[in-house]
Amino acid sequence: MRAVITVVGKDAVGILAKVSGRCSEHRVNVTEVTQSILQDMFCMIMMVDISACDIPFTALVDEMAALGQANGLVIHCMHEDIFNAMHTI
Amino acid sequence: MLNAKDILETITMIQEEHLDVRTITMGISLLDCCDSNIDTLCRKVYDKITRCAKDLVRTGEAIEKELGIPIVNKRISITPAAMVLAGCENRDAVKLALALERAATTCGVNFLGGFSALVHKGFSAGDRELIEAIPEALSVTDHICASVNVGSTKAGINMDAVALMGRIVRQAAELTADRGCIGPAKLVVLCNAPEDNPFMAGAFHGVGEPDCVINAGVSGPGVVRAALAKAGPDKDLGEIAEIIKKTAFKITRMGQLVAQEASSRLGVPFGIVDLSLAPTPAVGDSVAYILEEIGLAECGGHGTTAALAMLNDAVKKGGVMASSHVGGLSGAFIPVTEDAGMIAAARSGCLRIEKLEAMTSVCSVGLDMINIPGDTPAEVISAIIADEAAIGMVNSKTTAVRVIPAIGKMVGEELNFGGLLGEGPVMPLNTASPAVFINRGGRIPAPMQSLKN
Repeated sequence: MRAVITVVGKDAVGILAKVSGRCSEHRVNVTEVTQSILQDMFCMIMMVDISACDIPFTALVDEMAALGQANGLVIHCMHEDIFNAMHTI
Repeated sequence: MLNAKDILETITMIQEEHLDVRTITMGISLLDCCDSNIDTLCRKVYDKITRCAKDLVRTGEAIEKELGIPIVNKRISITPAAMVLAGCENRDAVKLALALERAATTCGVNFLGGFSALVHKGFSAGDRELIEAIPEALSVTDHICASVNVGSTKAGINMDAVALMGRIVRQAAELTADRGCIGPAKLVVLCNAPEDNPFMAGAFHGVGEPDCVINAGVSGPGVVRAALAKAGPDKDLGEIAEIIKKTAFKITRMGQLVAQEASSRLGVPFGIVDLSLAPTPAVGDSVAYILEEIGLAECGGHGTTAALAMLNDAVKKGGVMASSHVGGLSGAFIPVTEDAGMIAAARSGCLRIEKLEAMTSVCSVGLDMINIPGDTPAEVISAIIADEAAIGMVNSKTTAVRVIPAIGKMVGEELNFGGLLGEGPVMPLNTASPAVFINRGGRIPAPMQSLKN
């Protein structure tokens, strides 16, 4: 099972470390990362494997959202099914 | 393989363009709850609904969180209550409505639809009692929606029921005059009512349906509008239709995913996805604004019917391949008080009821959420219903009337229902009396279109 984590916000030191650190805490494996910095806006998309995640996925969603809030970022964590449904036939 | 552009497109649709699943509606058959004693009946009804739908809201919320897509409403539709009531010795429909209200509250759903009667060819046992009880039932409950089917292409129009419903709509408004006339906002009079509609107020669980089923209704006017805005003014209408189709496909795929997920988690069969474009009063989530994006200065002007016809058709064409089973109403909704653009057009006087009537001949439902003057006679309301039913009957489509007599208010004053039901001005009506026509009663014969065999 995979999920997509998107992080958008003002660029700062350690964003990638904070998000991936939280992933590793919960045994969520980061399989792919794309990131770009436009002017000073940071935008990152992570594909993660949640098969071994040690908490329910909904709890991970909440944690990531809270992590974002605490750092002035917007973090969405969504199951990959919604993207597959919408963009593949 | 997913790419960044697709991922960001989905997130933009949800975050900025109000994309959501409007409703997952659990249809529950109550035919096995019939009893000659009203109290036993109410107990059985309460038990069955709370048993079938006990996990509906929780499951909906979990799916919402995991997929990251808002599911705005979790609702229940039931077997038309008149049928359930028919075998009772004391057909106290208000008592049944209160039992349904308790069940809806226990389950935590937003609305429960199916306080309904199907009388398109005539009244059978329980129908009259139920219809007569609608005004009181709607005034003593908050979550119950009522509907009455008065016509069909196969049966014609039951004009006795049409005459009765004019009075019932007025009474429903009078009984809730102290609460902004909310009663008739939960009451719809239909022609060719679909049996698997997940949208309120017309949702009920048809007799041909399984014991329990999950239907979903998608939304997304904001997404369609944003896609058209990106396209700019230079595209021709063929290209515009193509953009709408592609967008509708994406919206519907999401509805299909949510419905299937809910169905498998709840262990209830998946019924249909309803491909409707359902607006909300939120700015940007409006069907009228799509029409304006297509190129009209304001919704309601000449050209509105043609633009709406194209929109409605493109939504269906895009959606139909995205879902394994399509049903319900499936088209663009035009509820005036629930659509920011229509509210604005009604206030400015550009959108009038005559134009809305024409629009209903090419879109999915009918005259929906329209505030009318408080002194409108019942016969005029009946005649509005008859006109709409005739459009539905002849064109083999669903039509409906949900008008709200604003008791004590005149043209130009406003009613505010709050929430998804929205707000809007009282619109002027043509009040030339149709009393003799309405009071004739009887049945308008089924049209030639009914003879398809």
